[in-house]
Amino acid sequence: MQPRQSRQPPEPRSPLLRWAHESQWRLFRPVAWTLLLLLSAPLPALAEEQHEEQAEPPAQAGELTNIPMAYLKQEVKRVIPLSRLNVEPEDLGVAGAEIALKDNNTTGHFTKQQFTLDVERVPVGGDAVAAVEKLVASGHHFILVDAPAETLLHLSDAVKGKDVLLFNVRAEDVNLRQEDCRANVLHTAPDLDMLADALAQYLVWKKWSRWLVVKGVFPADLAYLDALHRAAKRFGGTIVEEREYKETPGARRSDSGQQQIQLQMPIFTQGAPNYDVVVVADETEVFGPYLPYRTWDPRPVAGTAGLRAMSWHPAHEQWGATQMQNRFQRFANRFMLPLDYQAWVAVRAVGEATSRVGSGEFGPVNTFLRSDDFGLAAFKGQKVTFRKWDGQLRQPIIVGGPDLPVSISPQEGFLHEHAEVDTLGIDEPESKCKFQ
Amino acid sequence: MSNNAIRLAAAIAATIGLAATAGPAASYTVYVSNEKGNSITVLDSATLEVKETIPVGQRPRGIILTKDGKYLLICASDDDTVQILDVAKREVVGDLPSGPDPELLNIHPSGSPVYVSNEDDNLLTVIDLAEKKVVAEVQVGVEPEGVGVSPDGKIVISTSETTNMAHFIDTATYEITDNVLVGQRPRFAEFTADGSQLWVTSEVAGTASVIDVKTRKIIKTIGFAIPGVQQEQIQPVGVRITKDGTKAFVALGPANRVAVVNAKTFEVEKYLLVGQRVWQLAFTPDEALLFVTNGNSNDVSVIDVPSLTVVKSIAVGSSPWGVAISPH
Repeated sequence: MQPRQSRQPPEPRSPLLRWAHESQWRLFRPVAWTLLLLLSAPLPALAEEQHEEQAEPPAQAGELTNIPMAYLKQEVKRVIPLSRLNVEPEDLGVAGAEIALKDNNTTGHFTKQQFTLDVERVPVGGDAVAAVEKLVASGHHFILVDAPAETLLHLSDAVKGKDVLLFNVRAEDVNLRQEDCRANVLHTAPDLDMLADALAQYLVWKKWSRWLVVKGVFPADLAYLDALHRAAKRFGGTIVEEREYKETPGARRSDSGQQQIQLQMPIFTQGAPNYDVVVVADETEVFGPYLPYRTWDPRPVAGTAGLRAMSWHPAHEQWGATQMQNRFQRFANRFMLPLDYQAWVAVRAVGEATSRVGSGEFGPVNTFLRSDDFGLAAFKGQKVTFRKWDGQLRQPIIVGGPDLPVSISPQEGFLHEHAEVDTLGIDEPESKCKFQ
Repeated sequence: MSNNAIRLAAAIAATIGLAATAGPAASYTVYVSNEKGNSITVLDSATLEVKETIPVGQRPRGIILTKDGKYLLICASDDDTVQILDVAKREVVGDLPSGPDPELLNIHPSGSPVYVSNEDDNLLTVIDLAEKKVVAEVQVGVEPEGVGVSPDGKIVISTSETTNMAHFIDTATYEITDNVLVGQRPRFAEFTADGSQLWVTSEVAGTASVIDVKTRKIIKTIGFAIPGVQQEQIQPVGVRITKDGTKAFVALGPANRVAVVNAKTFEVEKYLLVGQRVWQLAFTPDEALLFVTNGNSNDVSVIDVPSLTVVKSIAVGSSPWGVAISPH
């Protein structure tokens, strides 16, 4: 067991150097450019040191291609969720896009493609259209949009006819995939139908087919309710009763809050016909999280609380997801959430397409993303692709509790003539999308 | 080679083939890593029975025997180390500074160094086995996994699962000389015995790419199709090619099949039904038997190579992952 030949062994990278390297990436946000400039004095030394320590890949022939991407976030006033665990992190979504940018640039190293990400935050009531126009004017062709459906449609209209592709990373509204679908939008966020289908398949597989549906009063709750109705019909669920939750408990911060809820929730769920599972439609988290362990009958809770369907779970570890979770946590110092994943997929999709077509040009990349040749490895056990009929990302959906994923849909036995994953969401025959 | 030599070689090959099918099988020791069981199962290739189970580090995945056959190197992924198992003593006697989350590894034909993929750090770590020291770290694509070493020892391959490339690395300079874009999520890289081809499996794309080593170009992308199995269930991972370069065996993951590929024409000749989520595979040194690990059914399937039949499944530990077979 002798070394093959003697050589001066380079030292492994020190933890400090690793930290510095990571930090360098963290600073790759435009808002922090000034900070980067301040740090730029010690940087050349750092770069040189790294060069000595790692065998750098040789540059391939040709010029470096710059591919600027952007993340446009329309800030929205949100209701404070019941659980402080569910407060949105400041960098939600953005962190997912940034780590994907890092992945793209590691690959870009070998393909001579360099990606950048400009983050544009539009304040509540601000002009998102002006922001997107500014991004387009400065050469951005690929823009992630983190905004409500209405804003997304305005943005789509504003850039119509230009070489711009928008990625809907947040809005779950079904109409964006149906009557309001747009040719210049791809959706990495699953829609409500997809989420309800994924959950329904699991409930039916589990033989929990009788559902007591409890719903809130907001339009978003009713939209999810529509998706539940559709899913019940498709997969054989029965809604035994629908109950509306009208009162607002609003007692979270009072000392006696828990006691009140302990009495309220059993009474609210009392006297229901025989059922297997409570299915909650409470998108804004007004009362849903109060239901588990407090129903009159001992029944599991699913829907927007309890067992939920999602594109990503912070404890998902199958199909190599452990690596993704590890590098995300090291990067963002928090767990990776569905919106982070949806943004990651969007940025990586562009990276995958540019590396396959060998170009950052809008036309070929846009065409490739929608073609049969496109496929992205995205920790779901099968490649994810975009549906041709509505631009929706075709992806398996995780069904999980608070601590762990429970299952991943499509469930076995729900058959489809082409791909089982198309049993989730809007399938081609029912699509109302006419791209415009 | 003269005609006589060819005839002699053919006669020897025939005898070996006969011996494997008709006569008593040669006895080799088979090691299987149990990813969830945190153990190594030791099997006898003649009796096809479990001899022993050795507890090791957490999440053991890729395993390989040192060239002298004395040690089994084990990627203990969750312990962030490569453990050295003394096969005579049946115990872990040391470890190698692999860096975080080692998954797969390979060894230079001369016996050292060892090449380890660090998925978390986008690195291929090169470790001198005698000194147990890192001699180089090569920055590769995102989530490196497969490690292939050319028979002449001049090239080491690292496949990166998110970057989707096979990186050709010069073993003398540790410089990347070529990057070949392959199908999505490349998992494993295997050279043919003559060093002329490199086979790379792509789990998510569902393909195996055959790369001409001289030109660094893909000469064939092999697809798989099994009646009654959904295309997305076909996820190629491990690949082994017979020394004579006639047959390749590709483990197809949750398709629960091993594909037998004619390595000359690249046609798939047969699909062998094995256990659930078949992952890695290894030949006995005489190539009479092929052992494959079935991660979801917690067993190992044994394939008789000459007759291309599955002869036995042997229950091992929880989630068997890697397999290595000692000539001793």
